Amino acid sequence: MKKVVLAIGLYCSLLHGVKAQQTLFNRSVSQVSSSDTTDYAKRRLKFEEANIVTGYYDQDGNNSAITGGHGTEKLTDLANSLELRFSKLDRYNRTHSITADFNIDQYTSASSDNIDPLTISSASRKDTHIYPSIAWSVKDDLLGTTHGLAYSFSTEYDYKSHGFTASYAKLSKDKNTEWSFKGGAFLDTYMAILPSELRPANYPSGAHGDQRGIDYKPRNSYNASFSISQVITQRLQVMAMIEPSFQEGLLSTPFHRVYFTNGNSTIEKLPGTRFKLPVGFRLSYFMGDNTIIRAFYRAYIDDWGMVAHTANLEVPYKISPFFSISPFYRFNIQGRVDYFKPYDGVNGQHTTKETYYTSDYDLSSFTSQFMGAGIRLAPPGGLANIVNWNSLELRYGYYTRSNGMIGHSVSLNIKIK
Amino acid sequence: MMIIASINQKTLLQVLHKPMKKILFYAILVGSLSSCTVVKEYQKSRINDSEMELSSRKSEKFEQAFYLYREGASGANGGKSGGGCGCN
Repeated sequence: MKKVVLAIGLYCSLLHGVKAQQTLFNRSVSQVSSSDTTDYAKRRLKFEEANIVTGYYDQDGNNSAITGGHGTEKLTDLANSLELRFSKLDRYNRTHSITADFNIDQYTSASSDNIDPLTISSASRKDTHIYPSIAWSVKDDLLGTTHGLAYSFSTEYDYKSHGFTASYAKLSKDKNTEWSFKGGAFLDTYMAILPSELRPANYPSGAHGDQRGIDYKPRNSYNASFSISQVITQRLQVMAMIEPSFQEGLLSTPFHRVYFTNGNSTIEKLPGTRFKLPVGFRLSYFMGDNTIIRAFYRAYIDDWGMVAHTANLEVPYKISPFFSISPFYRFNIQGRVDYFKPYDGVNGQHTTKETYYTSDYDLSSFTSQFMGAGIRLAPPGGLANIVNWNSLELRYGYYTRSNGMIGHSVSLNIKIK
Repeated sequence: MMIIASINQKTLLQVLHKPMKKILFYAILVGSLSSCTVVKEYQKSRINDSEMELSSRKSEKFEQAFYLYREGASGANGGKSGGGCGCN
């Protein structure tokens, strides 16, 4: 209980000055905290750890999809997350774990303001994204199995999502190989807010008080993932993962504009289904006494014609057993989807004869790079003489895309055990 | 960075796309891997180091969110691959 209170206290101090977030946070934490107090006596749940993650992301570019492939992409996002994990043993000596995760993002988007350029502030110029989740798993050390269920919810002004996940993992007898399977479904609903000049007569804007008769469209995603991890030597372990996914529903964004060669404009139109096939590999290698190599590679292909390759390399160096510094570099290259055409500066390049069209530069051909460094502190006696404050991680990264977009990301993770 | 930026993207994609079948082959190969020598639990002091985890760091949570929204590819990285809009 003391640790939970400590986690909450640290989290609250981080959020000082962000009044709205603080209010929501305190509400959620007091719910978790009070249920823990009552449940502890009944179920003897044991507090395992708390993770507090705070992140700030800032981007700018000049290819906004909302204005048809040109215009500002300025966006800021302040994100906060609190994850609490509890466990208990049952009468068969299996470990039950319960993880509650509460996340809140507050973002501002200059491009969203152009959905309705005639107003000072359109529906999603500023928004709050709240996405809590709860997960339960059972680990049987005798059989080497872990199975679990999870539910997640996500809400934004114009978007709601319910996610359901089931997982199963099996560890080999020698504990060097683990197979795991995860299946998930995300059932989403999208409020179809249209650009002001492209709305049919009497179609609502979607603003507060003007939503009567607006369309709501489904967007559903179904994922399966299979992975295997293997300890190869005392210093090397690898993992391979394949994660096919299928999406259906409204996969275009209703307020993205597209310009035709004849100067007319319309809203983005994309197929109603998408099948994605990513294959990923991870490797961790302990080199010498102080250096670790963490590598990741992913190949990706989908039925919209996109092919992408992503590689990430991180090299944590242990200055002492409890302090490490981790420079990282990530490179991504992707080919455009079949339906993408750019905005040429005066008009679009799409013709009215095409079935599908988009000028969303997130779906265009580009290379992106993300580079930076992180530090990790985990002294044995705890940080700042607080025994339960297990570790602190701080990361900064600079993101750049070959089409001119840049971004900065700072994140902080505090772990309480 | 300049060198990478100057590489023709289409050519690089074609070069990288060729080994897709090989990538799938190696995925299956890793699946059938078994280490020549079994690593015992007491020999796993390095494997069990927190920096050796075969997963993303907690502090990468929000980075994975912007990759998902700002890039066309997603999945197979342990992060979220569905739910949420990311349309801004």
